[in-house]
Amino acid sequence: MIVHIPRDSSARSVGADAVAEACAAAGHTVIRTGSRGAMWLEPLVEVDADVRIGLGPITPADVPTLLAALADGRLASHPRHLGPVDDISWLARQERLTFARVGRHDPVDAEAYEADGGLDGLHAALASTPADIVEAVIASGLRGRGGAGFPAGIKWRTVAQATADRKYVVVNADEGDSGTYADRVLMEGDPFTLIEGMVIAGVATGAEHGIVYVRSEYPDAIATLRTAIDVARIRGWLGSSVLDSDHSFDIEVCVGAGSYVCGEETAMLESIEGRRGMVRPKPPLPALAGLFGRPTVINNVMTMAAVPTILAHGPEAYAGHGADTSRGTSVFQLSGNIARGGIVELGFGVSLRELVEDWGGGTLSGRPVRAVQVGGPLGSYLRADQLDVPMTYEALAANGAMLGHGGVVVFDDTVDMAEQARFAMEFCAEESCGKCTPCRIGSTRGVEVIDRIRRGEDPGGNLELLEDLCEVMRDGSLCAMGGLTPMPVLSALRSFPEDFPTTGGSRSPEGHDDRTA
Amino acid sequence: MSTDASVEALLSGLTPPLLLLPTLQALQEHFGYVPDSSLTAVAQACGVSRADVYGVLTYYSDLRRTPPSPVEVRICMGEACQAVGARELRHEAEALVGPEVDVTHVYCMGNCALGPAAVINGELVGRATNQALVDRIRR
Repeated sequence: MIVHIPRDSSARSVGADAVAEACAAAGHTVIRTGSRGAMWLEPLVEVDADVRIGLGPITPADVPTLLAALADGRLASHPRHLGPVDDISWLARQERLTFARVGRHDPVDAEAYEADGGLDGLHAALASTPADIVEAVIASGLRGRGGAGFPAGIKWRTVAQATADRKYVVVNADEGDSGTYADRVLMEGDPFTLIEGMVIAGVATGAEHGIVYVRSEYPDAIATLRTAIDVARIRGWLGSSVLDSDHSFDIEVCVGAGSYVCGEETAMLESIEGRRGMVRPKPPLPALAGLFGRPTVINNVMTMAAVPTILAHGPEAYAGHGADTSRGTSVFQLSGNIARGGIVELGFGVSLRELVEDWGGGTLSGRPVRAVQVGGPLGSYLRADQLDVPMTYEALAANGAMLGHGGVVVFDDTVDMAEQARFAMEFCAEESCGKCTPCRIGSTRGVEVIDRIRRGEDPGGNLELLEDLCEVMRDGSLCAMGGLTPMPVLSALRSFPEDFPTTGGSRSPEGHDDRTA
Repeated sequence: MSTDASVEALLSGLTPPLLLLPTLQALQEHFGYVPDSSLTAVAQACGVSRADVYGVLTYYSDLRRTPPSPVEVRICMGEACQAVGARELRHEAEALVGPEVDVTHVYCMGNCALGPAAVINGELVGRATNQALVDRIRR
């Protein structure tokens, strides 16, 4: 039998390698694919019949029964039988554009990529003019998926119109937000899509040098991407004559070194140049003076990986998904205390409640949902009664929240929100680059003030001080690290006042776990 | 070969122009850490001051100035892992610290749907429990 088993690092973290080895040892042909993104079903084994039949999760303990089912062909009687993978409702109901291919193929199989619509976008781009490519990206409404939400096409146009001896396309794959992993799953599962998007960006802007800055915590993504780049060079997708055109483009991978703030674009440029990841003041905009002082397109992995489908199927098709000015799809990532965690790509506008309850199935613990953090460590905590907010840039902003990189982290009713507020400050103190005072000093003072509040020391005065401190950090920091840390802190304080002992809640400070120090 | 000679050999094998961070990463890849004795040679090879080298070396949490323990356990302390017991796991795992075992924390391994996450000598563990860590350390 032909058996597909993911090589994605999440699947491997719960035993996919052992399952694959056992299947191979039993004489089956094993193809290691990316992950479909249904992490709650990993390791998800797909068996080639007329269609692919899914079984999952298949842990190493399930291997004997799996092998028996494979041997006698009675897959349907296996307790983990899921039926045809394409019919699994959790996957079938998604609007997969960026993630259309992820999980289906060996991620570095170039022929499988081309046979499944790969390179259609690049071919369309090469048949077009650079200016028309930029206009198509603008018309698609594609906005930066890294958090800031800036229109990607406008950024491209700025770089395209700049004159310089050299321009760069830099992809930010420093996906440091807890609760986000879409970049990783795409790089491990369908790296050619990212490469194709970068080549299109190069053609559109006149850049010939691409760099992907990948965090060191993603060794599998780094390895897969490097292999894919090698394959792309051999196939002529990269190099001095991209697909036999007169465009030249090549890509190299830069590896981070464990610094969250290097996900901030100017800190990332410093890091690529080999220095400490210290934030640069803006202006100048990186689009005009970015890497090594040259005009630089900087996009997140999800932004760049959306480009091939936009070029292949037209900006109207992409813009047909979504709501308001949030066009296209967003790749949501369900994480934390959630029964069905994983990647859910849908048009903007789905409600947070649908994501958490329908797709996510509520908490893993079975206890009530109490808080949901949207948009990473710098995003707000929402209460269980605030979940009807539509997931668009505008609606979240109106609710004092932000989409960030699309991470949705669920907490059950055992969470102590004062501790989460303290953690936000502690994280900022640990990861601050130190360039600006509000972030560098404010975060440490923030930890101390929250500790005093939790101990019940001068509650009124210290709460006022915390609000004051947050205002200074928000308004006075150079980048989002210090500027947005107040979001989780103040949302915890305002939405969960009962967890802050001073405001008269029922939770006692003695019961609080203080081990994050 | 002495450490100094290895440093020289390694530096001369890299393709110039040398950028500081990847040069230090290459040294760490080779030695498991960046020896203090290499700083002057790195500064010269990269055309920067020793202070610059020190600055980058101490900025990035991946870079280390001492050899790693034989067993390196890293527990993810990102919010998604906190939501499923990472604090408790780290508290338990700290009891494993010994001459051969080091336990530290990291923020996010990108395994947020299958937390708590831990990494033992490069192997990512999902739905990590203290027992799973103990089993892997013994192995």
